[in-house]
Amino acid sequence: MIPIESYKTTAENQWCPGCPNFGIQTALKRALSALDLAPHQVCLVSGIGQAAKTPHYIAANVFNGLHGRAIPAAIGIHIANPKLKTIVTSGDGCIYGEGGNHLLHAFRRNPDITILVHDNQIYALTKGQGSPTTRRGEKTRMQFAGVAIDPSQMLATAIVHDCTFVARGYAGDLDGLADILQRAITHRGLSLVDIIQPCITWGNHPVSWYKERAIPIPEDHDVTNRDRAIALALETPDSFPIGVLYEKPSRETFGEAYRQRTGSKALFALLPLDPHIVQARLAALRIDAAPPSGAENKGAQ
Amino acid sequence: MKDLSIFIVGAAGEGLQTIGDVVARALLRTGISVFTTKEYESRIRGGNSSYRIRAAGPNAPRHEADVLLSLNSAAASHYETSASSPCVVLGELSPGGQGIAIPFQTLAKEEFGSPIVANSIAAGALAAVVGLSQDILEASFRERFQKLPADVVQKNVEASRLGHKRASESLDASRAIKLESTASTSVFASVHEVIPLAAAAAGCRFMSAYPMSPATGIMTAFAKDPELGVFVEQVEDEIAAINMSLGASAAGARAMTATSGGGFALMTEGISLAGMTETPLVIVVAQRPGPATGLPTRTAQEDLNFAIHGGHGEFARAVLAPSNPQDAVDATFRAFALAEKYQMPVLVLTDQLLADSHFSVPDLEIPKKPVPRGLADPAKFKSYQRYALTEDGISPRLALGQSEHLVLIDSDEHTEDGHITEDLKVTRPAMVEKRLEKARRLKGEIAMPDAYRTDGARHVLISWGSSRAAVYEAVDILRSQKKPFGALHFTEVWPLPHLTLPTTVRYWTVEGNAAGQFARLLQAEWSIPFEGKIQRYDGNPLDAVSIVAEVLGDEPEVSS
Repeated sequence: MIPIESYKTTAENQWCPGCPNFGIQTALKRALSALDLAPHQVCLVSGIGQAAKTPHYIAANVFNGLHGRAIPAAIGIHIANPKLKTIVTSGDGCIYGEGGNHLLHAFRRNPDITILVHDNQIYALTKGQGSPTTRRGEKTRMQFAGVAIDPSQMLATAIVHDCTFVARGYAGDLDGLADILQRAITHRGLSLVDIIQPCITWGNHPVSWYKERAIPIPEDHDVTNRDRAIALALETPDSFPIGVLYEKPSRETFGEAYRQRTGSKALFALLPLDPHIVQARLAALRIDAAPPSGAENKGAQ
Repeated sequence: MKDLSIFIVGAAGEGLQTIGDVVARALLRTGISVFTTKEYESRIRGGNSSYRIRAAGPNAPRHEADVLLSLNSAAASHYETSASSPCVVLGELSPGGQGIAIPFQTLAKEEFGSPIVANSIAAGALAAVVGLSQDILEASFRERFQKLPADVVQKNVEASRLGHKRASESLDASRAIKLESTASTSVFASVHEVIPLAAAAAGCRFMSAYPMSPATGIMTAFAKDPELGVFVEQVEDEIAAINMSLGASAAGARAMTATSGGGFALMTEGISLAGMTETPLVIVVAQRPGPATGLPTRTAQEDLNFAIHGGHGEFARAVLAPSNPQDAVDATFRAFALAEKYQMPVLVLTDQLLADSHFSVPDLEIPKKPVPRGLADPAKFKSYQRYALTEDGISPRLALGQSEHLVLIDSDEHTEDGHITEDLKVTRPAMVEKRLEKARRLKGEIAMPDAYRTDGARHVLISWGSSRAAVYEAVDILRSQKKPFGALHFTEVWPLPHLTLPTTVRYWTVEGNAAGQFARLLQAEWSIPFEGKIQRYDGNPLDAVSIVAEVLGDEPEVSS
């Protein structure tokens, strides 16, 4: 096990005191430690938002990119260096809202990365507007009369798309969450973990409201049962069944065919392309003039 | 006759390209240089389109046809006004039109029992008119159809013979065309065909892109040819394209993407991300007329300003605008080298003309010197900071996961070690200066424009990108009329080089946009006397004849 202290960073933490983000941070550190993943073996990728600051607070390689664009960046990193454990850690606004299209296509690609969604059902950093997971009718600092549209159902959508690992965690249950995260990171293929996280500053409900609804999925749940997994996913937003909803062995993961030719080396470590390959293609563009004969190019008669 | 302009006209899906390719290659086999362009509508079938071959002339467009081969009468009517005087018109004629009437479809059905060989009859007829022997044409046919069954090829060869015979019989001997052979070997290539090859040779390993005309050919080239070793992915949108390639680049892969104006609009936040995170990336922007969807299959030079300024905030970037295949190979190498050295985005501006035109050039060379690796040696650092402040603004770069050194890459304003900062007193100004110092150093190594016949010139045409050959041809025409013109052509268009231009000559800008985008850049940078702006924005490429007409039209006394 890697000591938890190894993941400490010097960055000044910008989260609200008591934010459940701290719980997610701790659970992730515990999972990495238990999996023996040293900081340099991990790349944390995020977009923008309070959750997206997580990579600054856990020692690892970091790509803190644009709002909504963590997933494509993470896929690029993973393809360029498959030995790095690439983990996206960002919020519901970033991954389900601004970047929703990338998530849909990530399901189809099945890259061997992990996506953690800090799902607090609110835009916190921009001070309290509704997010894609805010329940219909809840009042926000933007939807003053209450959110008038339904929340997105991204976990059900993930299962419909046959995402190979789909789970829901709760930020207040460190041990349970650390276990789920370990399973997610170990899973070969795309893993999506939606982490229910009360927002203690802008949220509409006290922590106790979440705690009552964060109910462990029964132990006899068959994670390969797709219909049952979808039904469990759709219990949210009224309740939050916590645990692994759906898991199946990966079909081919993204980039595997390319890797069969190149091995698992990082792209920067591959030998340069054999110059003859390009030379041969340039040679194929050449056209030699036929030796002159009397019949040629005399004009039409 | 100096050069010959051949238009093959018809509807999309009628096989213009096959006829054009076969005849163009046959011309090359006789040592006659050709430059081919395609002009078509944004549709899959029907409409009016043309495949144009300029033989024994410069690699520049001509908008006038000396020979017009028409595959249907509607196309014959549509392109009638493009005919030079005199022009050999053949094929399906417009109602009441003059020329050599050859009903390709009817002949194909009557003589061969199959309308499919109509195009081979047409190719034969065209070959006869432009002075190509049946033997040479046949060789070109056999090369083009080498994957087809022998009996099919034979049938097409026989059809072409019939076309050759018919046209020869109808052709007035006094109008026989004789072209000069100039080269024994040619490389026949388009700019978008060589960019992927050059990129692979330059060490590109990753490309993510979204299909958009006229850029699509670049991504498909990698997909068709896995031996080039480039991981290529068609992604969900251009936003994913640029962010995925930036992720790959941050993890050490040499990466690129390609798009056109609309797609580049979606990429602009990513361009800014490349600037802020100091991540190398090469972006090909193949221009077409806008705004918005504009004219998807036509050409323009409208995105210069956008390429230079697209993306919020201030950061270093380079914009390169090649004009022919060799230029494109060199610009691709240069783009990867500059991106790597300055850890920044580099844009390569092409356009539909460069994407769809085939040039014949004597040779094509890949630079011998490999693109220097921009990654540092991890062993050199006891502790590592991705954004360490240095004199030249360039921090030693390690890739994510390259070693045990942690690499922190951040789109927020950041400290030297890559963490978010709000230190406005020291860190922010230092990081702004760092990024702009790179831009200052870059400016110092930007290539000078290429000067063409500027000795004794009193007027200088200034151009950039794809118009080079047309502008030089215009200078040749003007010089032949004793008008003292020369040209300055820019391939590296941003930043502008440190250059002092003489104020004793008069300058004209020539560009494919209506606003005079390069003219405004030059005016802002150098106060030089501008005589006029020559602008083309109808969707067609710039050509020498129109440039000359505009110069002389604006200034009849220009030689005085």
